[in-house]
Amino acid sequence: MLRVGVDVGGTNTDAVLMDGANLLAAHKAATSADIGSGVVAAIAEVLRQGAIAPRRLKAVMIGTTQFTNALVERRRLNPVGVIRVCLPAGGDISPMLDWPDALSGAFAAHIHKVGGGCHYDGREYAALDEAAVCDALAGFAQARVHAIAISQVFAPVRADYERRVAALAGELAPGIPCTLSSEIGRLSLIERENATILNAALADLAGQVISAFERALTDLGIIAPLFISQNDGTVMSTARARRFPVFTFASGPTNSMRGAAYLTGLKDAIVADIGGTTTDVGALVAGFPRESSLSADIGGVRTNFRMPDVLSIGLGGGSRVEFVGDKVVIGPDSVGYELRQKARIFGGDVLTATDIAVAAGRLHLGDRAHLASLHADEIERAMARMRTMLDGAIDGMKTSAQALPVILVGGGSVLVSDPGGGGGAVIRPQHAGVANAIGAAIAQVSGEVERTLSLATTPRNAAYAALREEARQAAIAAGAEPESIVVVDEDETPLAYLPGDNARIRIRVAGDLRL
Amino acid sequence: MTTGHSTFSPLPSLSEITEADLPAIAMGAAFLGTGGGGDPYIGRLLATSAIRKHGPIRVVAPDRLGEDDFAIAAAMMGTPSVIVEKLPTIAELERALAALERRLERKASVILPAEMGGLNSMVPLAIAAQRGLPVIDGDGMGRAFPELQMVTFTVHGHNASPLALTNEGGECVMIEAPTSAQTEVLARTLIVALGGSVMIACYPMSGHAARDCVVPGTLSLAHAIGSAILRGRRNGDPYAELLACLSRSPYYKHHALLGEGRIVEVNRRIEGGWTTGTCRIESARGESPDAARDVLEVVFRNEHLVARRNGATLAIVPDLIIVLDAETAEPITTESLKYGQRVKVVATSAAACMRTPAALAVFGPHKFGLDEPFIPIETRLSTPN
Repeated sequence: MLRVGVDVGGTNTDAVLMDGANLLAAHKAATSADIGSGVVAAIAEVLRQGAIAPRRLKAVMIGTTQFTNALVERRRLNPVGVIRVCLPAGGDISPMLDWPDALSGAFAAHIHKVGGGCHYDGREYAALDEAAVCDALAGFAQARVHAIAISQVFAPVRADYERRVAALAGELAPGIPCTLSSEIGRLSLIERENATILNAALADLAGQVISAFERALTDLGIIAPLFISQNDGTVMSTARARRFPVFTFASGPTNSMRGAAYLTGLKDAIVADIGGTTTDVGALVAGFPRESSLSADIGGVRTNFRMPDVLSIGLGGGSRVEFVGDKVVIGPDSVGYELRQKARIFGGDVLTATDIAVAAGRLHLGDRAHLASLHADEIERAMARMRTMLDGAIDGMKTSAQALPVILVGGGSVLVSDPGGGGGAVIRPQHAGVANAIGAAIAQVSGEVERTLSLATTPRNAAYAALREEARQAAIAAGAEPESIVVVDEDETPLAYLPGDNARIRIRVAGDLRL
Repeated sequence: MTTGHSTFSPLPSLSEITEADLPAIAMGAAFLGTGGGGDPYIGRLLATSAIRKHGPIRVVAPDRLGEDDFAIAAAMMGTPSVIVEKLPTIAELERALAALERRLERKASVILPAEMGGLNSMVPLAIAAQRGLPVIDGDGMGRAFPELQMVTFTVHGHNASPLALTNEGGECVMIEAPTSAQTEVLARTLIVALGGSVMIACYPMSGHAARDCVVPGTLSLAHAIGSAILRGRRNGDPYAELLACLSRSPYYKHHALLGEGRIVEVNRRIEGGWTTGTCRIESARGESPDAARDVLEVVFRNEHLVARRNGATLAIVPDLIIVLDAETAEPITTESLKYGQRVKVVATSAAACMRTPAALAVFGPHKFGLDEPFIPIETRLSTPN
């Protein structure tokens, strides 16, 4: 089956053409300012290399950092209406109370708190105040908000209040898209609601970006469906991506980890992606990136997204190298995309990690004569320092005491000698430079469920069986081939200080795309 | 291993709390939570909201309390996992306090913090701001404990009840029981029916009674400890600032960095509502050959109870044991401990009034199922095992 995978990064747009398990073509190009033309150029190039007619493609997968960048740069955000179903609870801590002013000031937010909600076990403590909801919606229509964010206490337990608000919005504010917190995140109202509001604020941009991608494919004569990379290593349809742009956050490091798993056939390993400015180290568990248990901070806002657990260190090909007394300081400063102007081997005046690797004979690049003033001892110490940095990051990401193989990917992976931090084999797969685009191309689809329940009244086995089935159904709904679905993650958190052995259980499954 | 000495000037006392003070108090409270007590984050937002609406909060030193003063403790009780979803309101707190005042036919003139560790450091601030009442610079433990009766108030013969307990929906229950321990059992059972978390008003007492039984100065201490960690992060060494601050404090001056390394094992299970388990930390490489073989074990039941190195006890409850992120000094709760985290473990002395035989009978090692005597950390430090 022919697929194209594209990774649109801040610096490079990478594309690969794959036929089933075979890589037919790969291309690395500079990201264009308008994104679309760079994507067209990259796809056209791999199709040309592979001598494949556009109509023969079965799927195109694109990973993009555009939505993350919009939040970080606080631009292109649209006005939002917010309804939180919570009263009489939750009235004092208002939505967006803890947001940095710079971000909350970057778009208009009209906030309403209304009556309704349920307890952790699903019992209702207040019925939905429909009159208040209607008032809020009328206000939104008048204020011309572009999207509506709806949150509710214990929405992951039962979301019918949120769904009723969305139904009323369909009547009273027709045409305005709604984001429901139950579709976005896990337990913890503030974090889930923050993510819901961010998603709503990206509604316009999501439409524009996805449309631009679709136009690019049409221009190339591609009729295959387009899928967008998510932060958990799976893809979603364009219809879903238009509704949930926040799910693309952090899809970059995830794609490179999934690509590394694919290139090596390993399910459990440490992956180090060495780029121009940083090295991102993550852990593969059962073929998927391990998720972070910490609140993900996006643009200064607490969220509880499904984010990969990635440790970033300031070590890349462009990292500045300095000798201070008997110490070697590497990074976090980097010459980045200006390597070919500023590095010593290219006649520049900055000593970079790439210069050190050339001096050490690890690769042949530029003019080694510019490095004549470096002492053998300095080269050795700098190489040792790079290895120590990498070893420390790899060791810190290990998931168990057992030895794990380490996969090195990314353009900078040629710079370093084999690290020892994982305790296992070190693998440098072929095509390591486009691992991220490969990760996009091979992505599966997933389903997830999270519930709080009493293990004193429901036997653990029965609880898990029911939740696994629910997650399976969610994956099938997202487009998974039922036979291919496997459980990729299960997690249980006890509810402390409460009798009844209550626990929060989360299950995630994934399967191949049904095309 | 280092032991502090109080050769520095005393730490400053708070006289007023503004919104700008809350992040430091919350950080200090997370430290004093010794792994439990709940993340103060939601409490901080509640107090922020109250201060924005009603203005700064006055802080009163315990020795300034008069016999005419009337103190009532305000706290949250239940599971932090419910709090993060069903956000508490000041109205619930107000209802609990008002119900107790009606029952006693007397209004509170000052708010009494019960637990300075974790989320409950913030709850008294929210109601104090709402009522325009001062809050006492002191609490019932200078740390976190899991049960209602585990406070110095009980040690001094005060009863938690009458205790008013409310939820968001206006349900309100008044508990009267002969002892604080019986009150705890009744309240804990009711919490389930009331939705997993409630606001309580309890331990009513006169100003002089409060003066005589609180651990004084703990609100200012939480602020000082949190400020030290935050300041240390800005200038690159949070541990230097933290340990210097502890050295200057009246209670936590005997302290030790018990170990530093990576978590190599976490065993955690739920037992009757407790998060019970052990966490093993192996010393980081690059230290002395002896240190490299060291394994530090921390036993917890909601809070950290005992720390042992190679089987020998180093610190035990009610002394404080705190596991912190090795780099940022962010205190880590027992629910968030996980394999591979790089941590440092700090232990400190508890206040003297927390270590008397009468106090140990209420919250000493035996009350947590530990079959070993309490030996103060400074005694252990002076006699190397």
